[in-house]
Amino acid sequence: MIRLAWLLAIAVLSTGFVSVAQAVDTTEMADPALQSRYRALTHELRCMQCQNQTIADSPVGLAGDLRRQVRELLEAGKSDAEIRDYMVERYGAFILFRPQFNVRTAWLWLAPLVALLIGAWVAYRVIRQRTRLVAADTSEVEDGPRLQ
Amino acid sequence: MKAKFLLPLALFALLAVVLGVGVKRSPEKSTIQSALLGKPAPQFALPSLTDPVRTVNSREFAGRPYVLNVWGTWCGECRVEHTMLMQASAEQRVPFVGLNWKDDNAAALAWLAQLGNPYQAIAVDSDGRTAIDFGVYGAPETFLIDANGIVVHRHVGALTREVWEREFLARLPPSAS
Repeated sequence: MIRLAWLLAIAVLSTGFVSVAQAVDTTEMADPALQSRYRALTHELRCMQCQNQTIADSPVGLAGDLRRQVRELLEAGKSDAEIRDYMVERYGAFILFRPQFNVRTAWLWLAPLVALLIGAWVAYRVIRQRTRLVAADTSEVEDGPRLQ
Repeated sequence: MKAKFLLPLALFALLAVVLGVGVKRSPEKSTIQSALLGKPAPQFALPSLTDPVRTVNSREFAGRPYVLNVWGTWCGECRVEHTMLMQASAEQRVPFVGLNWKDDNAAALAWLAQLGNPYQAIAVDSDGRTAIDFGVYGAPETFLIDANGIVVHRHVGALTREVWEREFLARLPPSAS
């Protein structure tokens, strides 16, 4: 019973923290389509002051100013790409949590694929080698006691 | 056989080097390069702190190099660098323009009355829009803009004698007085 009370207390406390964390940005745009784009954009732009938070999650003043810019640019009819470019022009590519694909970042995007191909090649080699070993093995299988 | 044995070692060494370089180059707060380097400085026209009826327009400074210093009375490091700003400005090598970032006018004026005013003009950026145009992410930040209006340097953090000489004076043409 005491344990249950503890669990309940922890659950209540942690939901409290979650709601505090989400209360940083209370912006509601009139147009739901714009609101969802606003949410997506503010969650992929870095807060340059705190660096490991998005501007949606950061309570610092600059993050608030950048959210305002996003909101105003959306209202002015800018596309998501235009808004990202606006931020990159001022703060550099570092502001994007999801790097753009270009000559400088190609290795970053392609490295996992290359790693996968190398892995597949190694696996292929190992399997082929073992298959050949098994095929070459003509010795009789010992007929010991079977394990269930 | 020997080469096969060395392959994992070589891969490990390669990975260690790649990660090591990555950690070393990890963008620390003070090393984020300005996205504006080599590009025209953003234009601005903002109210003047010292003369409320006047507008400080970036065009006023065109044609010769100038320093743009982003500051606020809420910023501790700005107080640290203020003495250096006074000294650097007294050298009269280059005009200093202040960008008072999201500050209280009365507090800013009191600060200048107490510590001295190194600026030729101070633009009031009360809502932080010009600071965003300059890619400012933490005060103090100091920009050097050349005679063609191009951003040639940005320093984040307090200006020191060493930084002033190495990163600013060294970039000024010798004829600038």
